[in-house]
Order: sequence, then structure tokens, then C-alpha cells
Amino acid sequence: MSRHTLSVLVENVPGVLARVSGLFSRRSFNIESLAVGPTEHPEISRITIVVLVSDQPLEQVTKQLNKLVNVIKIVELEPDSSVERELLMVKVRADASVRSQVLETVQLFRAKVVDVSPEALTIEVTGDGDKLDALLRMLEPYGIREMVQSGSIAIGRGPRSITAAAAR
Amino acid sequence: MTSAHTRQNPVPAAPPGHRPKPGPPSGAPVKATGAQSLVRSLESVGCEVVFGIPGGTILPSYDPLLDSTKVRHVLVRHEQGAGHAATGYAQATGRVGVCMATSGPGATNLVTALADAQMDSVPIVAITGQTARGMIGTDAFQEADICGITLPITKHNFLITDPDDIPRTIAEAFYIANSGRPGPVLVDIPKDVQQAATSFAWPPDMHLPGYRPTSKPHGKQVREAARLLNAAQRPVLYVGGGVVKAEASDQLTALAELTGAPVVTTLMARGAFPDSHQQHLGMPGMHGTVGAVAAMQRCDLLVALGTRFDDRVTGQLSSFAPEAKVVHADIDPAEISKNRTADVPIVGDCKEVITELVDAVREAGDPVDRAEWWQQIDSWRETFPLGYSWPSDGSLSPEYVLERLGALAGPDAVYTAGVGQHQMWAAQFIGYEKPRTWINSGGLGTMGYAVPAAMGAQAGLPDTQIWCIDGDGCFQMTNQELATCAIEGLPVKVAVLNNGNLGMVRQWQNLFYAERYSHSDLGSHKHRIPDFKMLAEALGCEGMRCESREDVDSVINRAMQIDDRPVVIDFVVGKDAQVWPMVPAGTGNDEIMAARGIRPLFDEDEG
Repeated sequence: MSRHTLSVLVENVPGVLARVSGLFSRRSFNIESLAVGPTEHPEISRITIVVLVSDQPLEQVTKQLNKLVNVIKIVELEPDSSVERELLMVKVRADASVRSQVLETVQLFRAKVVDVSPEALTIEVTGDGDKLDALLRMLEPYGIREMVQSGSIAIGRGPRSITAAAAR
Repeated sequence: MTSAHTRQNPVPAAPPGHRPKPGPPSGAPVKATGAQSLVRSLESVGCEVVFGIPGGTILPSYDPLLDSTKVRHVLVRHEQGAGHAATGYAQATGRVGVCMATSGPGATNLVTALADAQMDSVPIVAITGQTARGMIGTDAFQEADICGITLPITKHNFLITDPDDIPRTIAEAFYIANSGRPGPVLVDIPKDVQQAATSFAWPPDMHLPGYRPTSKPHGKQVREAARLLNAAQRPVLYVGGGVVKAEASDQLTALAELTGAPVVTTLMARGAFPDSHQQHLGMPGMHGTVGAVAAMQRCDLLVALGTRFDDRVTGQLSSFAPEAKVVHADIDPAEISKNRTADVPIVGDCKEVITELVDAVREAGDPVDRAEWWQQIDSWRETFPLGYSWPSDGSLSPEYVLERLGALAGPDAVYTAGVGQHQMWAAQFIGYEKPRTWINSGGLGTMGYAVPAAMGAQAGLPDTQIWCIDGDGCFQMTNQELATCAIEGLPVKVAVLNNGNLGMVRQWQNLFYAERYSHSDLGSHKHRIPDFKMLAEALGCEGMRCESREDVDSVINRAMQIDDRPVVIDFVVGKDAQVWPMVPAGTGNDEIMAARGIRPLFDEDEG
């Protein structure tokens, strides 16, 4: 089993996410993360799927994805030649006695404080999974009250565009 | 008998008082309701018959359907029958079959037929009514999320939310259903969309940016396949339903005769290559001939054409055709190397692939001498031909019935079958010479498929004799469509091989469950419930019964004389007849048993 990141360009129509995720769930592949959003072409959406699976079943599911009428293009993004990011927002217990220590950690991770109250700070950070995990470990001792994390999004390095050809 | 048996003209005359609508100049939009737009779209796309049942949410569309002079509607008795009829129609004619149902239970009754068509890659379009847009998601009366339900069992489906989209969606649905690897497409149309004012124009612009089926094969791959084919000592052409769908039988015969390679035809491909041809080894797989199974196990090259290495063909995958290199040609790239890794993958339409392969083989020179291979094959064929023995209890042999039916009805008739022993015997003991003369439920294994499929085939081929071969179990699932056949003038002929049991279940219980016959006796012998002859008559058919060998020819001949109503023959056959040869489920094909206890390949290795 290995980790694969797929970028799936789809028509921006209702039901397309269910079609895509259905192909994974019927084979009982666990989707590790999934993110959907618009692209520079309003009629095309981009789904980023991270899945733990071995190569042969992945090839089969990729071929099946390609058969979906609403799927325009699938690209597997290799970690070496792509940039992958997740977004995390976390609400940490931080009263006056520890606030400055928490803020120091925020700076260290180049994170941002997006909300503050007498008892807590809400911190926003982007990065790959490892960075986010490291930050969480640092914040844990202060008390994490709530957190929310996005799915991974990823884009290939270099000048080439996977959407340019698809939009035609 | 009633007068309901006169065959209806497929294109009914306009009813009295009907004013034909002025025909618009081609392409110019005209005002219409969504329902009118739907019916006009169906007419424009070439749909000639719709199998369906009206109900609440599809009623708006049934109104203009009454006026259509181009689309015939066949009112079925159950929506599953509509779905299978559309499939039978499509398999018999090569055109897209169409069924129609209302929302909720009407739509869910189509589910089995859609799954069946998906598994066998049959082009059908299902049109369903849906709750009005504003009520979707409220658990409204007869609401079901049919697009959600059929998502994994259709090639594609649509929910139309804008009446202006109707012509485009219908055009896309038919195009998707019938291009690439064919399959079922469902179009769900809310009631208020059917009632809304819109405009109709034809042809619409299709917009399918993600749908680009490949039909042209890669030349380099084809040349490599030709090279392997000419060099192989022991090749086999493994032919599947894709050859039938691509109308590539002539090209296949050319390839077979050019290369001199033996041919096997799968359950979905019976008829793709003439059974009478010397190079034909018959059907491979769980109940295939010893010749076909053994040749695949021992071959050094498998040329798979429009087929998908189904588990019923390969048996245990790890021991299937262990010495073979594989050339795999299919229009669906997802099939290539799905079950068995292909050495030479070819994505393309079978007609184009085989045409190019014939040319490439010619250019590649002469094939090697295969006298030894044919000697081996002939020895399997001669030692283990298909056969059967008469039941020791003196009952009628089901195999004999089918042998005679095949001989008397001949290769011009179209045969449909349900699922089980009768299906396997029909695949084995009737000789098929032409494509599209054998119609069955292969992938899904849908019991009850035969009667409605025969109805659909008859609607598409009014001048062809359609024989429905059914078991007593299958027949009791869908025989109500015989009422439809009787009223609509579709004189199908039904041969029920009535052994009083769920025969294939009984066979497995006999072989693998210590003869413990758990709930497989239907009582149709013991109690003669139902009496199929009386049931047939109640449904407006001619009912006959045959219990002895002497009567077989005469009842079949009598049935063939009747063409003003359907005929049902209750062939009362023995319950102990079994389908042989057989590869027990989950074992390797080397374990094939020609009959109980006789394992040709295993014994050969021992010896």
C-alpha cells in the first residue's frame, strides 16, 4: 500500500462527487482526504483525492474514473514534482499566562492568529501533513479545544498546466 | 379466443380527429411543453418502440406519446419486463432499446434490468418520471432518488432540471448508450419539467467533454499481435460479446480462416462464429466444452477479442491458461489487464481491430504449421464431445428437447434464455450460426430474463421466429408479460423446461451440499402448481404440454405453425439431468469434469 494523490478534473455538475467517491467506496478503498473546488474555468471543478492503495487496484480505479462521463482528466501527482498543502484551523486554550508562549509557536510555524478571546486563540496554518502534525504536537500541552482541517490540494511544479488542454 | 391477437401495425395510424402538428423547418426551434419536447426528441433520435407503464409523474409525457405516429408504445405488466424487453430489443436489433416508467416504485422496478444491461453492455435508455423539482428531497409520494440508486449500475444517468435541456439530454443519452462500450443510460425528468413551456429544436448540440471513446486501435500493437499470432504454435481466438456488438462476425471468420486458429465463443458471443465451422471448439468456461476449455488451458497464445476474462470463463485465475501470452483487444481500456495481464493490449472497436489484424497477419507472412495442435484438439473433441444420457427414470431429457428445437426452428430463429440449467443447455445444444440469434443474461445472471427479452426481440424483429427457452423457476418470475405479448401481437414461442425445481441450485446441492435439497423444489411437478398449460391459456396464449420423447417434434412443429398468438409448451423433463461438462466453482480449469468423475485434463497429466 502506498499513498497516491490524484487530481481529477470534472464537469462542474451536480452528482459528480458522488460518482467519483462511489468508485472508491465500492472497492472499500479508504479515501484519506478529498478536496473539491473551482478552477480557472468555471465549467470545470478539480477534485484532489489522497488514497492509500497498492498500484494495481489504483490503476483499475483510475481507469474506471476515466470512464465516468463527467470526468474530463485524471493526473496522478508525484510528491517530488508537485506541491501539496492542507489548511488547518485550531482553537487553543491560551489565557494571559501562556498566550505569549503560544504566539511564539505560531511565529515559529509561520502560522496566523485569526481570532482571539480572553481564554483562547484560533490559529490558521497551511502546509503539508507533517508540518500540521508538528504544530499540533506543540499546541497539545496548552489544550486543543477544537480543530478543523481541509483535504489536501496539490499542483504540479513547473510551467505546465493540466487544465489548459482540458478546457478546450 | 378473443380478437386481441391481430398484430398491430408498428406505426399506428393517426387516431380520428387528430390534427397533425405542422412540421417545423428542420432545426428551427418550435414552442413545446417539456413532454412534447421529449416525445419529439425520441422520434428524432430514431426510437421506434418504447416499453413502459404510465404513472403519476410520467403522465405528462404519456399524453403526447398517444399522438406519436413514429413511436410505438408497448404497455407491459411490470417495469422489470419493460427493462428486459428494451434489452432484448437492443440485443436482437443492435439498436438502442427504450423503456419508460414513473417515479418511485416504477423506477426501482427497472433497477434489475438496468444492472443486467450494464453487466452485458447492452445499449438501453430508461426514461423515468420524477417528483416535481420543488418536492425533490421531501419524501414526496412515489419519490425515489433513482439517479442515486442507479449510479453504479448505469453507464451514465441524468436528472433534467431545465426543460430546455431535454433534446440535448436525450441525444446525449442515446449517443452514450450506443457508442464506445455500450450500456444503459437513465434519464430522470421531474413532472413539472415535463409540464413546463420550452422549445424544441433538432439536432441539439451535445456537450460531453469527458466522453471520448476510442475505437481506432494502435497500429503498432496490432502488428505485434499479428506477429505473435503467426508465430504461435498453439493459438486460440477467445471471442466475446464485443464481436457481436461491433458487428464483426465476417471479419472474425476471415481472421480465423486466414490464421487457421481455433475459435471459442463465450456465452455472450454464441453465434458470433458459426457453430458448424470446423475451427469452432464451442463455449469455454464453467460449462464449456472440453475442447474449448482444454485448448485455452494448453494454448501458448490467447487472442482475446471483445471479452473480459470473466470468472465463469477463467475459473481460478492463477491457474488459467498458464502458458499463454495474451493479446487483449477491447473497446473499454478498463477491461485490459483487469483480471489477466495483457502482453499486447489493444484498445479499439472489435471490427476495426480485427480488420486491421487481418491485414497485419497477411503482411506478416505465413503462420507456422499447427498440425500437431489440431491433432491434440481433435483428440479432445473426439474423446469428449458434448453429450448427455437419457434419465434412468424414463423421464424426458431436457437436452434432447433443445437439440430438437434447434434442429426444427433452425439457425434463423432467435433464441432467448433465462438463467440456470436450461440456459446452459440452450447454449450447448442449439447450433448458432449467426450473431444476435442468442440472447441471454450473462453477467448478472437474471432469472426471469427470457420472456420479456423475447417480447422485446419480437417487437424489433416482427418477421422472425422468437423462441424463449425458460426454466420453470425463471418462467414464474416474469410470465405475466405473455399477456402483453398476446395483446400487442407479439407471437413469441416459449419452451419451458419444467423439471419442477430450481435446477441449477439442485445440481449444486447434489454435487456440493451432500444431496440436501434445501428449498429448491418448486412443486411444479409434484402438485402441478401452476399448470403451465392452463396458465398460458389464461394469459391469451396457446398452451401445450409434452411429456414424452415421441411428442417433442410434433409439439414444436405445431407451435411453429401458430403465429397469431404466443405459444407456451410445458416440457415436463426429469429433475436429475445435470449440466456437463463442469468446472467446479473456485477451482482451476484443469479440473474440468466431462461428466461426474471424469477429468480429462487431470487424468491426462496423471497418465
